[in-house]
Amino acid sequence: MTEASTLLTTLDMARFVTDGVLRFDAVVPDDINRRALDELPDMLATPTTATTPMRPRSGTPLEACFEPDSAVWAMLRVPEVAGAIRSLVGDHPTYDHHFVHFNKAGNAAFQHLHADAVIDTGDPSFDIQVLYFPHDVEAGSGGTRYVPGSHLRNVHENSIARYQHISGDQFFAGPAGTVLIFHHGLWHAGQANPSDTDRWMFKLRLNPTRPQIRLWDTSDYASVVPGNWDHSFATTAAGPSVPEELRRTQAWSFTGESRIDLMQRIALWRYLADDPDFDVDWYYTRIESRSAFH
Amino acid sequence: MATRQQVLFLYLTSSAMDSYAVAWAFHDGTDGAGPAIPDRGPAPPYIRGTDALRDGWRLIQATTLQSPAPGSEHEAGYFRNEFVYERLVEVDNPPPPNQ
Repeated sequence: MTEASTLLTTLDMARFVTDGVLRFDAVVPDDINRRALDELPDMLATPTTATTPMRPRSGTPLEACFEPDSAVWAMLRVPEVAGAIRSLVGDHPTYDHHFVHFNKAGNAAFQHLHADAVIDTGDPSFDIQVLYFPHDVEAGSGGTRYVPGSHLRNVHENSIARYQHISGDQFFAGPAGTVLIFHHGLWHAGQANPSDTDRWMFKLRLNPTRPQIRLWDTSDYASVVPGNWDHSFATTAAGPSVPEELRRTQAWSFTGESRIDLMQRIALWRYLADDPDFDVDWYYTRIESRSAFH
Repeated sequence: MATRQQVLFLYLTSSAMDSYAVAWAFHDGTDGAGPAIPDRGPAPPYIRGTDALRDGWRLIQATTLQSPAPGSEHEAGYFRNEFVYERLVEVDNPPPPNQ
């Protein structure tokens, strides 16, 4: 996937670290969307065996997974989509699995909130999930529910089902050709579809094959990443910056505990930037400085 | 006439019951025959945990405060400030349980 692509900027990456999701509205052209609507039913019908052509084996390089003339491959080569994938998991990610979500008109069933992960380790590396909506999705017609900023919380798969409603949760609605990219830890759930329109969505999980370090367009890096001194109660950098973006809280953020969420984001940024001294509001620096005393 | 329970989970911004609700869940043993919770659109049904008391809910459980386990001081997981309320409702023809 080294052809034309539009890499993410440093601030785009910071937004991903904070929200665990990026959204690209109507980025896939209509002709690809129309072809996808023809192809997805066949992909849904394909038996799940290791030998069927439409279900690649897990571990296959992404570029070898889909027919070159397929709508899915065309979608993945849209410059904004290809660039986001490259920025997050590198040039040659590995196919984990895909799934065609068909939400029939009038379907009353819904999923409880979950994350597509077991309890992960402290390793900050991550997979991404590409969600492609090939047709318009009206509000209230079964678009995926997701919770921005939930991706770095240490929870186990369906154990978060208890949370029926969370301030700030999103129910996808948007134009045809929209792509969402999730951090694999993002809390989400399929919704009932009370509308009279069937809903189709294609989801693809990708694994990185290399450290996810500075894979994006870093030409703006120096202008938006000050030193570790950026502190909201002392001195902050002027203008848009990575610390400013990482500090952004969610509607569901908890008093005090939001600082723990911020520390998780800082830890992820340290990995992505390969900068062990990066900090926001001095949270790690003061602890690490004291630890040198004993 | 029979008594049925309604249960409300509120997740508050702090361990104080008069802090703000940011997540919630409602389970209705009356299957709609009893009073509903306030509909505030995408916002929680009550602004603060104490607003539920003023609307007739009784607190039956609140999260115990616990220090983080060593090594996990800087991790966040499940929502901590869970307050569970109940309301007992008299209903004329209670719905049968699903089989």
